[in-house]
Amino acid sequence: MSTEIPYHAIKVDAEKCMGCTHCMKTCPTEAIRIRNGVATIHAERCVDCGNCLRVCPVNSFYVEHDSLEQIERFPYRVVLFPSVMIGQFREKFTEDHIYDALLKLGFTHIFEVEQPIDLLIQEIKNKVGTAENKPAISSFCPAIVRLIRSKYPSLVENIVPVKVPHDLAAAFAIDKLTAEGIARNEIGIFYVSPCSAKMAAVKRPLGEKASVVDGLINMKHLYNRIMQVISKNDVPDSSALRGHLRRDGIIWSLPRGEARHFKQKSMAVDGIHNVVKILERMENEEVPELDFLELKSCHQGCAGGILLTGNRFLTVERLQKRSKKYPMASSGDRVCVNCTEIRENLKAGPIEPNFVFALDKDRSKALEKMQKVNRILCQLPGIDCGACGAPNCHALAEDMVQGQAKMTDCVFLQNRYLNAKKIDIKKATRNLESTWGKNRFDADCNKKGGRNEGF
Amino acid sequence: MKLEFDIARGDFTQAGLASSRIKKVLKQLQVDPKIIKRIVVAIYEAEVNVVAHSVGGRMQAEINGNHIEVWVKDDGPGIQDIEQAMQAGFSTASKEVREMGFGAGMGLPNIKKNTDELKIESAPETGTLLWFRNDFNE
Repeated sequence: MSTEIPYHAIKVDAEKCMGCTHCMKTCPTEAIRIRNGVATIHAERCVDCGNCLRVCPVNSFYVEHDSLEQIERFPYRVVLFPSVMIGQFREKFTEDHIYDALLKLGFTHIFEVEQPIDLLIQEIKNKVGTAENKPAISSFCPAIVRLIRSKYPSLVENIVPVKVPHDLAAAFAIDKLTAEGIARNEIGIFYVSPCSAKMAAVKRPLGEKASVVDGLINMKHLYNRIMQVISKNDVPDSSALRGHLRRDGIIWSLPRGEARHFKQKSMAVDGIHNVVKILERMENEEVPELDFLELKSCHQGCAGGILLTGNRFLTVERLQKRSKKYPMASSGDRVCVNCTEIRENLKAGPIEPNFVFALDKDRSKALEKMQKVNRILCQLPGIDCGACGAPNCHALAEDMVQGQAKMTDCVFLQNRYLNAKKIDIKKATRNLESTWGKNRFDADCNKKGGRNEGF
Repeated sequence: MKLEFDIARGDFTQAGLASSRIKKVLKQLQVDPKIIKRIVVAIYEAEVNVVAHSVGGRMQAEINGNHIEVWVKDDGPGIQDIEQAMQAGFSTASKEVREMGFGAGMGLPNIKKNTDELKIESAPETGTLLWFRNDFNE
């Protein structure tokens, strides 16, 4: 287990965060606590799924990314974007319009990530065919891979050790450009990410040394830039650039996009909370015999990615329609120049478990802590109100035994101590302020949050 | 550390509650995932046995730094021939139970496969007592 703090794409803007409990309550790994009135993320626990960003009422979460101007460093500028990006645009903008806008923004070469999908399908089928642990679990969604490493360590061996489409696409783009006589150091590879998990996966790849990607672009950011320059008139035909695109590639990131290649002996689950339920059952061997299990953190797969704009169901609908215009992938596609090397590149190293939920490395100490947790739980109200800055009573009790919280953090216990005159009101107020920040107990008619705007 | 669970007869929706709870505990103790899996499967099978075959019962688990011991006690009707029940594929499950996807005759054999030590006592009047132990270190 490494001791360095893992990289995360999701950050909290302390100025914007008003310290509510939405993110803390939705986090699937209980990685968020409120301290001094601001959400803080536990780096070891966070899987970059982005659900916090989704529920934040004041947009205080943001995803770190590189600026579009950085592409100017390279003479040849390749944009790698997942097909799902096209699905965000309304029908009046054709593929040609979007490609034309990308060239206007300064890119010299355009590759949709899922182009040489046939290579990936073959590699996964090979790996699944010889897998010792069934069902083989897709390694496509980085949030899921991280979730399994930390919360379901017994299942890491089920993850298919194959790299993700953007690694394949980068290798493919380099293969194509170097075949034209361009030197590798003149090529800048820029990946457009649909979510925070893929952002973090590029900066901190699992099961491989370093990613070949030179820069990361936030898809939402790029969408805005495209909309600023997109032409309202006719644009040149760019279909030649999409000659290698296949139907299977376009729908790869949608629910069943991967699983459909394994027919009935497969299952696809989307939405991280649904995935958690399936993984729990898998651990108990309550899942029927399957060859392949596709798990995606976002509802409707990448169409629901947190850096996409618009409605995920409309995006799926548009992508389905678009895919029908393209042929199916077949082994005769022969899209790469040096296929053997690309194939070699697809193999990923083994994925190791990361026991972040263990109470202590020493088992007898862990056992002591657990007994202490149970004793503390007798004292807590069990209503999971979150007023202590932890998502529920159990999480607070665990924080307490780890020395990260104290009994008075619970407002119910504090009230009991006040009544018993164990603490005075000044101390009680200071305790609350350490969780919720100063001035949180004053009247404020302009405060954000607390309104029923969502209904 | 002790954990106790009541297991009601016929309530298949609740089978898996004890195994899930115990699984969470073992994970927090950082027990080897492969050993956790064996324990969880054994407990789940034992839970299903009580739900499907008995008039109801109780599970107790005791965990220390080195091993887990599990007692599953039900109040009847008891196993007629334990040796026969230990054979893979032998089942006395009712048609209803089988239709729900249980009762394939793999319960006890599966428990035996996944435990380090197993004892079964059974009598028609007193019901069945199942005890097993799994060590955390191989």
